[in-house]
Amino acid sequence: MRDLSVKKVTAAVAKCCIDACYYLPEGVLQKLKLARETEESPLGREVLETIVENARLAKIKAVPMCQDTGLTVVFLEVGQEVHFTEGSLEEAINAGVAQGYTEGYLRKSSAGDPVFDRKNTGDNTPAIIHTRIVPGDKVHLIVCPKGCGSENMGALKMLKPADGMDGIIKFVLDTVTAAGPNPCPPVTVGVGIGGNMERAAELAKWSLARPIGEHNGDLRYAELEDKLLQLVNRTGVGPAGLGGSTTALAVNIEFAPTHIGGLPCAVNLNCHAARRAEAEL
Amino acid sequence: MLKTEIKKVRTPLTAETIKNLHAGDTVRLTGPIYTARDAAHKRMFEALRRGEALPVELKDQVIYYVGPTPAKPGELVGSAGPTTSGRMDKYTPAMLEVGLRGMIGKGLRSQEVIEACVKYGAVYFIAIGGTAALISQCIKGEEMLAYADLGPEAIRRYEVVDFPLIVGVDAYGVDIYKEGMARYRKL
Repeated sequence: MRDLSVKKVTAAVAKCCIDACYYLPEGVLQKLKLARETEESPLGREVLETIVENARLAKIKAVPMCQDTGLTVVFLEVGQEVHFTEGSLEEAINAGVAQGYTEGYLRKSSAGDPVFDRKNTGDNTPAIIHTRIVPGDKVHLIVCPKGCGSENMGALKMLKPADGMDGIIKFVLDTVTAAGPNPCPPVTVGVGIGGNMERAAELAKWSLARPIGEHNGDLRYAELEDKLLQLVNRTGVGPAGLGGSTTALAVNIEFAPTHIGGLPCAVNLNCHAARRAEAEL
Repeated sequence: MLKTEIKKVRTPLTAETIKNLHAGDTVRLTGPIYTARDAAHKRMFEALRRGEALPVELKDQVIYYVGPTPAKPGELVGSAGPTTSGRMDKYTPAMLEVGLRGMIGKGLRSQEVIEACVKYGAVYFIAIGGTAALISQCIKGEEMLAYADLGPEAIRRYEVVDFPLIVGVDAYGVDIYKEGMARYRKL
């Protein structure tokens, strides 16, 4: 058993919130620069150039690259040997979000009640927290601020087993096409396959927590990721949705066993700013 | 930036300016614009329905769909890129009816909004989503006008200089998103 003060979690979350919003991951930047060379549409190439320039400016000025600094999605991999001390883990994460969003001059975008008053909670809490208990005595946390332009274009479909691979491909392409310009393409497409309804959605989200360019460890799914990426880039959506051959930078799939009668499939889209920061404690 | 021919446009917009703008045109917009997004639109829409005056005169003006980040010390504004316009679709025809001439945002508009652009002579400008740090550099003045309690969703006046935009929907009902996607679709 290893004692770990939740105060360290608060500090790490606060730093990750700010870093994720100011500094585009290097891997995403490289993908954008590569796309700038291969994009077929002249206007699309200009859009990609503008996006790269925006990331550069945000970095040197240390300001948010996008005004929608999102709901804060926190992925936690907690070693089962860890014993948290000095308070509640969940409260510590939210304290980190509040601190990061205040000190980093990030936008607070959390509506406390979804239907009746929709009053802003004022500090971007509560975070959306996904936790996995894993072997070991470390805590790995990944912070992915998620804006609503892309989040609103996600979809979930309870496919039938008979729909199979073709059904999955059609659903992904339909979702990306219908989303069009709204999720700020080029997107990263997160796909969750299997489990049940909520597991599929969660898998899609976890797939977006991967560093860009990292494939599924199962070769069959890795090949499906490549195939889907090629097809998504033929939808014509293009950079900023203005038409072109760069609609997505990556397709990430996570899968899980499912019921003999089901084939749930969830698609969660990330905008071109696939924001991500991580820490190990 | 964009290498195609660039049209310089000033606000407030005139009927004549609107006529000369076509979907796909690259524009640099200069002058005062108003900011408003979901919550401010809802309030303005409800005020119009009750027959009340709006807190700002919309005739010939441009609304920018934006909710900026807080300004850092020493900065005039925070990061201020466009939000998804479609969420304003429900309220937009009513705004156009009272004289609004232009909107700035990103993403698809409804058929009702496109038809209202034709009916009232208005355009929808597209700003590139997620380029908020760059766009902020075009904002040279900022003033709180109304609904201050809405925080990032309040109505502000921005003085913009050479704000880079693309005409998304023109007053003839042409939608650049539909055209662009169809041109590059290979499925």
